[in-house]
Amino acid sequence: MTDQLTPVLTETWDVEQGWKLAPYAALGGYAALDTAFAMSPDDVITAVKDSGLRGRGGAGFPTGMKWSFIPQDNPKPKYLVVNADESEPGTCKDIPLMMGNPHVLVEGVILSSYAIRANKAFIYIRGEVVHVIRRVQAAVEEAYAAGHLGTDIHGSGYDLDVVVHAGAGAYICGEETALLEGLEGRRGQPRLRPPFPAVAGLYASPTVINNVESIASVPAIVRHGAAWFASMGTEKSKGHGIFSLSGHVVTPGQYEAPLGITLRELLELAGGIRKGHQLKFWTPGGSSTPLLTAEHLDVPLDFEGVGAVGSMLGTRALQIFDETVCVVRAVLRWTEFYKHESCGKCTPCREGTWWLVQALTRLENGQGTEADLDQLLDQCDNILGRSFCALGDGATSPISSSIAHFRDEYLAHLSHGGCPFDATRSTAWSGQEVTA
Amino acid sequence: MSTPPILDKTLDELREIAARYPEPRSGLLPMLHLVQSVQGRITPEGIEACAAILDISPAEVSGVATFYTMYKRHGVGDYHVGVCTNTLCAVMGGDAIFERLKDHLDIGNDEVAVQRQGDSKTVSLEHIECNAACDFAPVMMVNWEFMDNQTPDSAVQVVEALRSGHEVSSTRGPKLCTWREAERVLAGFPDGRADEGPTAGEASLAGLRIARERGWTAPDPSEAPAKETGQ
Repeated sequence: MTDQLTPVLTETWDVEQGWKLAPYAALGGYAALDTAFAMSPDDVITAVKDSGLRGRGGAGFPTGMKWSFIPQDNPKPKYLVVNADESEPGTCKDIPLMMGNPHVLVEGVILSSYAIRANKAFIYIRGEVVHVIRRVQAAVEEAYAAGHLGTDIHGSGYDLDVVVHAGAGAYICGEETALLEGLEGRRGQPRLRPPFPAVAGLYASPTVINNVESIASVPAIVRHGAAWFASMGTEKSKGHGIFSLSGHVVTPGQYEAPLGITLRELLELAGGIRKGHQLKFWTPGGSSTPLLTAEHLDVPLDFEGVGAVGSMLGTRALQIFDETVCVVRAVLRWTEFYKHESCGKCTPCREGTWWLVQALTRLENGQGTEADLDQLLDQCDNILGRSFCALGDGATSPISSSIAHFRDEYLAHLSHGGCPFDATRSTAWSGQEVTA
Repeated sequence: MSTPPILDKTLDELREIAARYPEPRSGLLPMLHLVQSVQGRITPEGIEACAAILDISPAEVSGVATFYTMYKRHGVGDYHVGVCTNTLCAVMGGDAIFERLKDHLDIGNDEVAVQRQGDSKTVSLEHIECNAACDFAPVMMVNWEFMDNQTPDSAVQVVEALRSGHEVSSTRGPKLCTWREAERVLAGFPDGRADEGPTAGEASLAGLRIARERGWTAPDPSEAPAKETGQ
């Protein structure tokens, strides 16, 4: 029986200067390089396939399969790009991972690049996290100095260069083709697919783009074997993942556990909902994943389990809201975010998110009629599946799911002539003033 | 704020950035960060310098500079304060913090507060989107360093300490540098301060602490089924 929490990527986070090479190497770091170099690149891909690792950036696409799509007969250079643009509201796992254990990412980059036969890799980090960028820059520098990067790594004949690239503020660059545009020095707008990046990605060359946590999971798979990784998790969702609890819980934070743990179990570990309050709604994997409620406490948090209840596992960004939070206010704020971050390339998303904000603002202010709810859902129908990329789809998730679960609360705004909630009650310091 | 000209040293560094990439244009985002570190904002001069080095038109550079929110066409303070008002931080108190700071500094969104007599440094204020620190909500950023678990009072204390020139440290990082110095790090010129601050903040350690207490670990590799692949 696997333990309830399984620290692997978080293992160095409580180590003194855990971001440095020496403590990482003392725990066996970079040992997987020689194991991999003794294997053929294809065998490394097979190991990652056999492990069952699925993308940790939200979509859950099998990582090894993605790697195998790289056409090795293509004479162009191959590239690995790490998507470290973590920006999905609620998602806060890659940032502490890069801050506390940047070497596991660098080691993963080397192993993954070797597997896909890339000699150049890029780590695209959102710009708004300077200290994280410092730590990754320093880790790459240390890895070069130790001979883990550069030419003829460990005498294997394999060469790899890594560039740490800072973004400049754009949620859309978390979308992989928009990220490539940013990395090519252009406006971050998504590209039409196909061709997929595996065939024509960075500089129209074969490119693998993976999330930070996906790449960071590779060293332990190579070291301990595919079967070790697959011994954690559920049938189709293997391995460990970082679950991020935020909001109205007693102990918010990062909990690294096998996929398939439930919110009920996580809340028990986190001390439950803050005292005197009850769970109202939550996101399983960021604001783009449809909202769930207390009736979903026992849903296994794996790709299939969350999908079966009409949402998505996403990035395991569990934002927890108690009964003091107005769901209309919450959804309006997310919608304003999508409107702000819409890149403007396609009409349904650019115009649609603007209209969604108008409609929701009216409802939050208690203006309009019940028919406006149906119009709002109709607007969502005209965005979902009709947008150029997943940003537009994601914008509709909180709206349609909140109307499904909390239609009465929307109506209460109309009968109340405004928001019936007291916004001060939801703050982190609410209730503390009287006891202090 | 002063706007020093772009001199040869900066032009050399802009070329150095472009040379990191197989295709020079890939350097444009960090190059614009470097322009900001020197000039305090994206200037027409900076746009033209980037365009000339990359052999593209100034309009193409402008198009990029106006797309990304971290590029500023007007100056910011020595310390640029961002308050997260995305949903989770907003309900946890981000809205209240942002309102309090606007009121305290007597400015609106994306404005620079007046430098009072006796202030040695300036601050500017902006509401920002999710900065990936939700377990530390409500979160404020100063020059893109984390200031975790803020309250309206603590936020006012931070901006007042900054204005008076006192040393302020990130709750999970180093002593705060100026906005221009931070922009230089983003351009890919490390400032040697990666070793400041803790490995992880308190919330980041929540699960690990429980695992340590209860002796929970990932499965022992020696007990895992034999490797199915490899050698």
